[in-house]
Amino acid sequence: MSPEPTDEPRRTRVTSPRSAAGRSRRVNVPSEIDAQTRIGEIYMTSLLRAQLRLALLVIGALVVLVAGLPLYFLAFPALNDVVVLGMPLAWVLLGFAVYPLLVVVAWIYVRAAERNERDFADVVERS
Amino acid sequence: MSSTYGIVAVTLVSLATLAIGAYGWRFSRTTSDFFVASRSVRPALNASAIGGEYLSAASFLGVAGLVLAFGTEMLWYPVGWTAGYLVLLVLVAAPLRRSGAYTLPDFAEARLESRTVRRVSSVLVVAIGWLYLMPQFQGAGLSLGTVAGTEPWVGGVIVAVVVLLNVMSGGMRSITFVQAFQYWLKLTALLVPVMFLLLVWAGDGAPEPGRAAGAGRLADEVWSSLLASTSEHPMYTTYSIIIATFLGTMGLPHVVVRFYTNPDGRTARRTTLVVLGLLGLFYLLPPVYGALGRIYAPDLVGGGRADTVVLELPSRMVGGVGGDLLSALTTAGAFAAFLSTSSGLTIAVAGVLSQDVMGRSFRGVRAFQAAAVVAVAVPLLLAVLADGVGVARAVGLAFAVAASTFCPLLVLGIWWRRLTDVGAIAGLAVGGGLSGMAVVDTLLRNTHSGWTGALLSHPAAWTVPAAFATMVVFSLLTPRRLPVNLSQTMVRLHTPEDIALDRGPYPL
Repeated sequence: MSPEPTDEPRRTRVTSPRSAAGRSRRVNVPSEIDAQTRIGEIYMTSLLRAQLRLALLVIGALVVLVAGLPLYFLAFPALNDVVVLGMPLAWVLLGFAVYPLLVVVAWIYVRAAERNERDFADVVERS
Repeated sequence: MSSTYGIVAVTLVSLATLAIGAYGWRFSRTTSDFFVASRSVRPALNASAIGGEYLSAASFLGVAGLVLAFGTEMLWYPVGWTAGYLVLLVLVAAPLRRSGAYTLPDFAEARLESRTVRRVSSVLVVAIGWLYLMPQFQGAGLSLGTVAGTEPWVGGVIVAVVVLLNVMSGGMRSITFVQAFQYWLKLTALLVPVMFLLLVWAGDGAPEPGRAAGAGRLADEVWSSLLASTSEHPMYTTYSIIIATFLGTMGLPHVVVRFYTNPDGRTARRTTLVVLGLLGLFYLLPPVYGALGRIYAPDLVGGGRADTVVLELPSRMVGGVGGDLLSALTTAGAFAAFLSTSSGLTIAVAGVLSQDVMGRSFRGVRAFQAAAVVAVAVPLLLAVLADGVGVARAVGLAFAVAASTFCPLLVLGIWWRRLTDVGAIAGLAVGGGLSGMAVVDTLLRNTHSGWTGALLSHPAAWTVPAAFATMVVFSLLTPRRLPVNLSQTMVRLHTPEDIALDRGPYPL
């Protein structure tokens, strides 16, 4: 050990805890998931949560837009007398309008679910 | 109606079904072909096949009959059968395909790592399958009786024989082609006649079905009401139908087995999306027959033959040879409905029987064929022996049982890590037991009034929550029984296949 206090790069590098921690801890996500570590579980949980949130959102929409109809017709009996295109509103909604609605909701869901999976794949494969 | 055209129509559909099945047979050589068409069916073809398989006697004949007899509230059935596919899409489709299992019992065993759960699931698959097959055979007998004046059992036997020949020769691969063909046949068989019927209706000055009250008919405001106003507890009955159909679809064995024929989870989703479109297109039509029937064939309700309105309406409204030909077309469609749904159910039940019931020495294609005979014979016997409970009624009960058993098993198994084998068995027992009780009560044709009648004839609204609650509570009580490979199973269910991850051992 030399007595000069100014140029001792080697000692600084060895003892500083910051530079070591800050840099190269690259996480290999696939192996973390395979090894079932905490980090792997977090990645899996985030995918599961995202997909479940999406699914519940769709089911919520289904309940409000379709399954709620009997309640709406009970709460507002005047709806029974509404006529659209020469047909009772109930018939228009349940006989025709509901099917395109279901297809559109399903289409939005499929796109969103695939986006969630792409995001997950990006994170996992970038590592 | 002339019976010749009807007989020719039924013969043609049966022959076409056998011919297409024979075409698919050339590709069927392995066990994998038999069970899941080697998992290589493209979304467009597979979606047509799913649609063809799903649209049963209840959809083709029952919906129009129910609308004719009971009115607007019955539109909940087709709406629920379609919405059930949306629920299936968002909760089950991709994970179920990714589970890599052949059947529902396979899934149950792979997820919960328990042979007992597998056995309980097998029993339920067979029970639901038979409950759903029975009305198909009864409907076939009713239809052939209507168009050709045969004994009630003849139609059922014809359907059973054609289905068996197809299933035994080509398994899933050949059935896929058959069912895809039958979807388009069913759509055509309703679409072409309805155009002529609507022309006749417009020519008559377009009378309103909602203002057609008369002798033997429901009052206008009852027929046009959205709530199940013909029952004592309309709100309860309506919501019970909604719960059974929205949640029951995913638990039907013949629907679920179709998902394993997709190449991967992503295509399973896209297939389901196309199915939703195909179902929506089809279900626009049967209610029109029901509504026109209210104007032109009101006597069918009084005679208890409302289910035949689709078959009778064309010859009544158009008349002459043209009307007879159109009626023959709807008859052909009806037989396509019996054949396709029965085929799918037979495959699903036979798959479970051959894997779980038959002995070790009896495996592969031979076991599957023997199981197919048993799968068809039992419900055919039931249909011949027992008096008809009503096509839509029996199918509705099958949905209620499926919603009370496999729906909680699939939903909790896929999305809730803490489900245990004890919880699953308890939930299946409670859901299956309670809804099974209601089924037996209905099959024995007991009649109850008031709430007892409403609760037993439409059990889903209370049996489904009971099954979910039981599964959750018993799983939480047995936290030490979590499966060993749970994490790998969850990875397998939810991650896209193209990411290289350890998914644990595949069940098959």
